[in-house]
Amino acid sequence: MVRVGAFSAIRSVLSGRASMAHPLLNIGLMLVCPECAAMPSLPPPNPGLYDEMFDGATPRAHYAAYAQWLDGLSDEALSARQREADLLFRRHGVTFTLRDNPALDRQIPFDIVPRILPAHEWVQLERGLRQRLAALNAFLHDIYHDRDILRAGVIPPEQVLTNPQYQVAMHGLDLPNRVYAHVAGVDLARHSDGAFYVLEDNLCVPSGVSYMLESRKMMRRLFPELFARLDIAPVEHYASLLLSTLREASPVAQPTVVVLTPGRHNAAYFEHAFLARQMGVELVEGQDLFVQNDRVWMRTTAGPQAVDVIYRRIDDAFLDPLAFNPDSLLGVPGLLSVYRKGQVALCNAPGAGVADDKSIYPYVPDMIRFYLGQEPLLNNVQTWQLRKPDDLAYVLTRLPELVVKEVHGSGGYGMLIGPLASRAEIAEFRQRILAAPANYIAQPTLALSTCPSVVEAGLAPRHVDLRPFVLSGGDIRIVAGGLSRVAMQAGSLVVNSAQGGGAKDTWIVEGA
Amino acid sequence: MLARTAANLYWMSRYLERAENLARVLEVNQGLAWLKAARPGEDMAAPLRLTDSEAAFAAQHGAELTPAALWAFLGFSAHPASIRSCLARARDNADAARDALTGEMWQAIHATWLGMQAAIDAPPADPANFADWVKERSQLFRGITYGAIHRNDAYRFIRLGTFIERADNTARLLKLRYRGHRAGMADHYGLMALLESVSAQDAYLAVYHDTVSAPKVAELLLLNPDAPRSLAACFAEIRQILPQIGGPRGRAAKKRATELAAALEYGELQDILAHGLQNYLGEFLDQLTQLNDELHAAYMEAA
Repeated sequence: MVRVGAFSAIRSVLSGRASMAHPLLNIGLMLVCPECAAMPSLPPPNPGLYDEMFDGATPRAHYAAYAQWLDGLSDEALSARQREADLLFRRHGVTFTLRDNPALDRQIPFDIVPRILPAHEWVQLERGLRQRLAALNAFLHDIYHDRDILRAGVIPPEQVLTNPQYQVAMHGLDLPNRVYAHVAGVDLARHSDGAFYVLEDNLCVPSGVSYMLESRKMMRRLFPELFARLDIAPVEHYASLLLSTLREASPVAQPTVVVLTPGRHNAAYFEHAFLARQMGVELVEGQDLFVQNDRVWMRTTAGPQAVDVIYRRIDDAFLDPLAFNPDSLLGVPGLLSVYRKGQVALCNAPGAGVADDKSIYPYVPDMIRFYLGQEPLLNNVQTWQLRKPDDLAYVLTRLPELVVKEVHGSGGYGMLIGPLASRAEIAEFRQRILAAPANYIAQPTLALSTCPSVVEAGLAPRHVDLRPFVLSGGDIRIVAGGLSRVAMQAGSLVVNSAQGGGAKDTWIVEGA
Repeated sequence: MLARTAANLYWMSRYLERAENLARVLEVNQGLAWLKAARPGEDMAAPLRLTDSEAAFAAQHGAELTPAALWAFLGFSAHPASIRSCLARARDNADAARDALTGEMWQAIHATWLGMQAAIDAPPADPANFADWVKERSQLFRGITYGAIHRNDAYRFIRLGTFIERADNTARLLKLRYRGHRAGMADHYGLMALLESVSAQDAYLAVYHDTVSAPKVAELLLLNPDAPRSLAACFAEIRQILPQIGGPRGRAAKKRATELAAALEYGELQDILAHGLQNYLGEFLDQLTQLNDELHAAYMEAA
């Protein structure tokens, strides 16, 4: 097993090696080599990459106490703890169903090396997240009301109005606190320049918060000594913040809240049940609800009971077969008409997805300036919109360097990672782009930062991102931290749970 | 509580209890196997008749009844009545009602299913150990439920499932194994097997201080409220639980359960035997089916 000490020694030997590629394109190709991954002595990450724990050979200040503790832990102890974690997760049934094998509940790979951020850095991120969500909600209110931002020419109207996520049914509806995206999971990644960039604002039904909470529970159980020694910000009150946020979505004084799930065969069912349980509210399926006399009711053992707030974990298209997809068996017929009369709240609001669409993403900094009169605190990734002929022409010459994404895709599907793609794959993707350029955007390949993780052969750097969860109601509420997703394959940049990514606990540490 | 959740909890509990009962029956049956050589008439097929799966067994294993084949079929196969299928359905129902279970309850039932999968992959050499394990898991879950969950409707539907399934099982076993008044060794072992299947051999001795006789076994398993698997004990619980369920519904079920409980509490064995035990049990099982249907209609189906 490669110990941290040895790991940093290798790093220091190699750190003189010059990075061959431009920093923006540097994705650590050394890590892609499968043979390397199998070798007992693992290579360090490409020196051009930012490592969360190490700056060269030395642990960063906020990792110093942890690294010291880790050095005192034997190889056997570390792998024993990892095995214990795997066993506990299996016993708890913490799962996420994979797309290509829906019959199989897959356990989320969990890594016991935490991703640590110093509190002063988190404070900056949190300010940026609050600002971003304030602007995104203001944008959603605007486009379903007066459309000031379109009339001002900041965003081309057709980008919004012809967007498939745009819901005409939302026109003129006044929502409490003008909040549309009550729960957002904003994906952030740290680039090799050390700065965080927003990858995506997930405003529809973002998942993963249960893994954040289960990861913390696991870490507390496995490493109580670390929690005693370090000042780690708690996250366990998330469910109570969520419940407060959901209640504020209703004008009723003591609203009845439910979680609406597509059912136990949905990939994120574990999370739906987890959150319902943590909030002490009912977990309902579409069949458990019905509409009568302009109210939504759930079928209970004591007869029908009125429902005021639905934290829905199903997509817009399946909410109401009368309003959207008529084939949907997951939704509740007539739900939208009750919603439009203000007799039930839906979280998140239908039509919120238009603001997290990849074609709208490039305009978020402009939204912040337009609605808040502030400069954005969080970085957007430079984005070429292939609907623009100039951008298209440029991107087509740079495909091997860039990441190209479908504007309406999610879960890491429908994307080309140029530096990792074969020539044939690039050629094939080029044809897809040319067939419908407006469906794609392109971005530089971000060099996602790495964090040491437990692998078969010991510790090795793996790419990570960060998904904090932002709750918007009367106030904006954020627990300090989020879900750090980790690409478990050497060199892989895909951290999505749906494609086999794993989770790490995220520690916001004071006094570091 | 949600009607669907009530149904999930009720059936989770019934399937878990069913798995435990089947484990007891298979274990006792294996103990009786030696009798088969001495007395070919001995009823080795009882577990198959109990689960209504004689034809399915014959299709898969032929006419030869061995303890090993019975275990393979009713323990580990995917046959709908097997212990494996019961545990899978218990787990699936628990999963669908996961938000209503405490973390410990869910883990207990999920771990049972994981253990069952391991047993499918590598069937244990000694089925008796497996039977013990199944009983332990069911008992563990009952214990956790009793010790951990708030006394709410979730708790009540779980308990309701347990006692309805248990009453059903005791009535079926008695109907199957009870042969009236006969003398001799075979009768002795048959009755002992019946008592063991419902863990009542010690209770029998404690109550009667006597050798086993059919009427006394019948009395114990029908009317004695202190024998935990007797019909009287099950219905004493059911009668208690039903009025505690919140809401105005379920009048028909409450009435039927109260009548059945009173009939068992104040019933006399001689009247039952005069009516014919087989008739009595047949009618009891019909009543139980109707009670189950009334519970479904009142609490667990569409509002």
